[in-house]
Amino acid sequence: MSEVLLNPQVAEIGHDDAHHGHHHEEGFVSKYIFSMDHKTISKQFLITGIVWAIIGGLFSVFFRMQLAYPDQSFPWMEDLLGRWAEGGRIKPEFYYALVTMHGTVLVFFVLTAGLSGTFSNLLIPLQIGARDMASPMLNMLSYWFFFLASVIMLSSLFIQTGPFSGGWTAYPPLSAIGDMSPGSKLGVDLWITSMAMFVVSSLLGGLNYIATVLNMRTKGMSMTRLPLTIWAFFFTAVLGVLSFPVLFSGFILLLFDRNLGTSFYLSEIFVQTTQTALPNEGGSAILYQHLFWFLGHPEVYIILLPAMGMASEIISTNARKPIFGYMAMVGSLFAIAILAFLVWAHHMFVTGLNPFLGAFFVLLTLLIAVPSAIKVFNWLTTIWRGNIRFTPAMLFALGFVSLFISGGLTGIFLGNSALDIHLHDTYFVIAHFHIVMGVASFFGMFAGVYHWFPKMFGRYLNNTLGYIHFWGTIVCAYVIFWPMHYTGLAGMPRRYYDYSQWQSFKQFGDLNVVITIAAIISFMLQLVFVFNFFYSIFKGRRLTTQNPWGSTTLEWTTPINAGHGNWPGEIPEVHRWAYDYGKDGKEFIPQTVPVGADESKH
Amino acid sequence: MNIWLLLLVIAMIFLVIFQIAKASEYVSVLKGEKKAREQSNRVNAFLMLAFLVLGLAGAYWCNELLAKETLFAQGSASIEGEKIDSMFMLTLYITGIVFILTQILLFWFSFKYQEKEGRKAYFFPHSTKLELIWTIIPAITLTVLVVFGLRHWFKITGDAPKDSMLVEITGQQFGWQYRYPGVDGVLGKKKYTLINSGNTLGQDWADKANHDDLSPTVMYLVKGKPVKLVINSKDVIHDVGLPHFRLKMDAVPGIPTTLWFTPKWTTEEMRERTGNPEFEYEIVCDQLCGASHYAMRGVIKVVSQAEFDVEMAKLKPTYFVAFPDKDPSNAKPATVAADSTKAATAAVVAPVKAKI
Repeated sequence: MSEVLLNPQVAEIGHDDAHHGHHHEEGFVSKYIFSMDHKTISKQFLITGIVWAIIGGLFSVFFRMQLAYPDQSFPWMEDLLGRWAEGGRIKPEFYYALVTMHGTVLVFFVLTAGLSGTFSNLLIPLQIGARDMASPMLNMLSYWFFFLASVIMLSSLFIQTGPFSGGWTAYPPLSAIGDMSPGSKLGVDLWITSMAMFVVSSLLGGLNYIATVLNMRTKGMSMTRLPLTIWAFFFTAVLGVLSFPVLFSGFILLLFDRNLGTSFYLSEIFVQTTQTALPNEGGSAILYQHLFWFLGHPEVYIILLPAMGMASEIISTNARKPIFGYMAMVGSLFAIAILAFLVWAHHMFVTGLNPFLGAFFVLLTLLIAVPSAIKVFNWLTTIWRGNIRFTPAMLFALGFVSLFISGGLTGIFLGNSALDIHLHDTYFVIAHFHIVMGVASFFGMFAGVYHWFPKMFGRYLNNTLGYIHFWGTIVCAYVIFWPMHYTGLAGMPRRYYDYSQWQSFKQFGDLNVVITIAAIISFMLQLVFVFNFFYSIFKGRRLTTQNPWGSTTLEWTTPINAGHGNWPGEIPEVHRWAYDYGKDGKEFIPQTVPVGADESKH
Repeated sequence: MNIWLLLLVIAMIFLVIFQIAKASEYVSVLKGEKKAREQSNRVNAFLMLAFLVLGLAGAYWCNELLAKETLFAQGSASIEGEKIDSMFMLTLYITGIVFILTQILLFWFSFKYQEKEGRKAYFFPHSTKLELIWTIIPAITLTVLVVFGLRHWFKITGDAPKDSMLVEITGQQFGWQYRYPGVDGVLGKKKYTLINSGNTLGQDWADKANHDDLSPTVMYLVKGKPVKLVINSKDVIHDVGLPHFRLKMDAVPGIPTTLWFTPKWTTEEMRERTGNPEFEYEIVCDQLCGASHYAMRGVIKVVSQAEFDVEMAKLKPTYFVAFPDKDPSNAKPATVAADSTKAATAAVVAPVKAKI
């Protein structure tokens, strides 16, 4: 076995499990806290992600309250937020801090760490047939760097000058000069430090995923027999490894500009509040945007690809049909991964970017719609003439496809620079990326949680709560974000604290109330899920069968509560691809079953 | 304690939902897993169909309600923006068809192919023909959109017409300042280190071109006359958002940007068109710039050439405000008032020579 040579530690575990059947007793600390078992680390990522999602979601409830009721005061808000909501009204600088933290937390901590951290960790070893990651030690560090990043970010909420409030994109000079806004003081330094820790965490995780997928597949598991989940996690990791360092460099230069008097991003600035002209000249604020979006755009796909992979797997399993066009699915993931690096400046069409250069970014951006369209049509063909079981996971996977279509199509508007001149930084953009990247990826993540929860905890989630969660959430998601396309087309800018002074935008007051109510209901529904999650860990219906969904992939060949090392005996050998559902009249054929002599070819 | 009551109610609702969920799980265990699954499968399949129908109806209703509130209802207020509107409609038709088609297929297939006793899923792993079809058709469609889009893009971002008037707009926390080149048609030099309370743009008074530059508090534009905006920022990145004209451009400190367009209707005409007697062309800051970002409002008055000349004539060059002793109208109050009016009027008619 190749992993024996690569990693003596894994070999040792495998040896133990193979010959003695059970592992030696671990202490609480090494089993649950500084664990090196990929399954435990994935749970750590997931639970930390859930905590952050609640915090990030709650922030959105607060700022939605402000948008719906700009002229009312809520005393309970002051009880909860103290001087940030004096008199029961959120202050503008805190409103912007909420918006900033909502974005940062959900994009990075929930949909990057919580999504790919959870499922890459859980599924890569289990689905490729490995005992653990290439380096369990680095894997553990990956989580703990994320935890450190979390602690630093959380601490920034409690400092005197408040958390960073310059938007999750942190454009200088606003983020570079403390006098520009209270949130640009210590809050930014903590934000950057936290993000730097997060980048370290991502890189440790990503390198591990890549090494594991490339080197530690079990016998017979060629790359083209990998489930699409693994392909998606693999490309996700590659995207992260190549783009996070660029973001990191952007942040370091920002830190220099802030604290060491350099002028990478600063030029010809006069500070209004202190009435002083800064000495910095010759820097470019636009340089930061290039560095930021060089990660920022791949980041969108870092968030989306795992959801695509899991949706593919879950749709195929529950439609009891092979995924349609496996190679086209892999090919389109690959195309998306490549194109993800070549489109970053479409976030910068109105920065004064050279229009000729902009033209290439238009072309490449709209090109991404082709692999995306292939994926959608392949999913549709996968459910066509299937025999569909609507588990909560399947519903969320189908909901993902619906949202991906809705949000993906509006990307065709924004990617076209001529239209972007009008739509840039309006609510149209908010609607677009929340649907396609936010809610859709959340749906992919929920699908994954519902589908693999039995593998993680040996128990089921409650189905009825799952159905309530799904139907409520998809209705709320559309009610919240669909009308925002219209407000965007009215030119309504994002990140405004109050629209009532504007002749052009004040007509949407009632609509904002509707959206806010839907957002609050949606938040409550997520609490139903959170309750279901934690309750079911301890009290859920127990799993009685190893393979509850009738799945072909390797993770379902492990015992219900697998120990460190995953398989008690030898790692099974793989003989076929992962999607033999409904073949030759058989319900499904697991990957471990050798190809029969009379089996039809495809 | 209103909030506690509310929380109590919410907690009760949670509890009820939880009890129902728990009970239904027991029932399904009693009934047998297969039977329970069949039942919930039928319910969910029906809900898929219901969601499709209600969703499409909801989208239509939303459109009826909100389409008239968007800017498309009033048409573009700039000639260049018309192209953006037509581009938008083309994209909307194409994506609209795809949207309706794919959503119908998704939810209809889900409903139609729900698990049924005796049904076998069709083993259909790939089809090169189908895959080619849905690679090539989107590729062609997108090519069309790219070609149209880029044609408009190059036109809009291209050089401003020679006869454009020139206006400088400068963003700062949290407001806009405007500057017109005056009689000579040239905007005077400025330097950010010269900024002080009496010279808010940092104009270099040694440059004579500055002496006639005018700074009104509202941006006046002339109907039908192209205008080129030179956009600056004094501190952080702002953005000159002109939703009615369908345009926007960032204001970046240290890097001037430009934007040009031709207003189609005067403010008065827009008040009639929109039926809103308080209508204004608003300049919207579209780039988060600090705590009062949401209040960074500017106003553009589009007027006829005659009205424009009158408004400009009322203004006194900033130079004279900064140095009242240099102002000829202060030296000989009686006669020069008329003179300076004449001079300012001349400024307006003078062709724009400045090239920034």
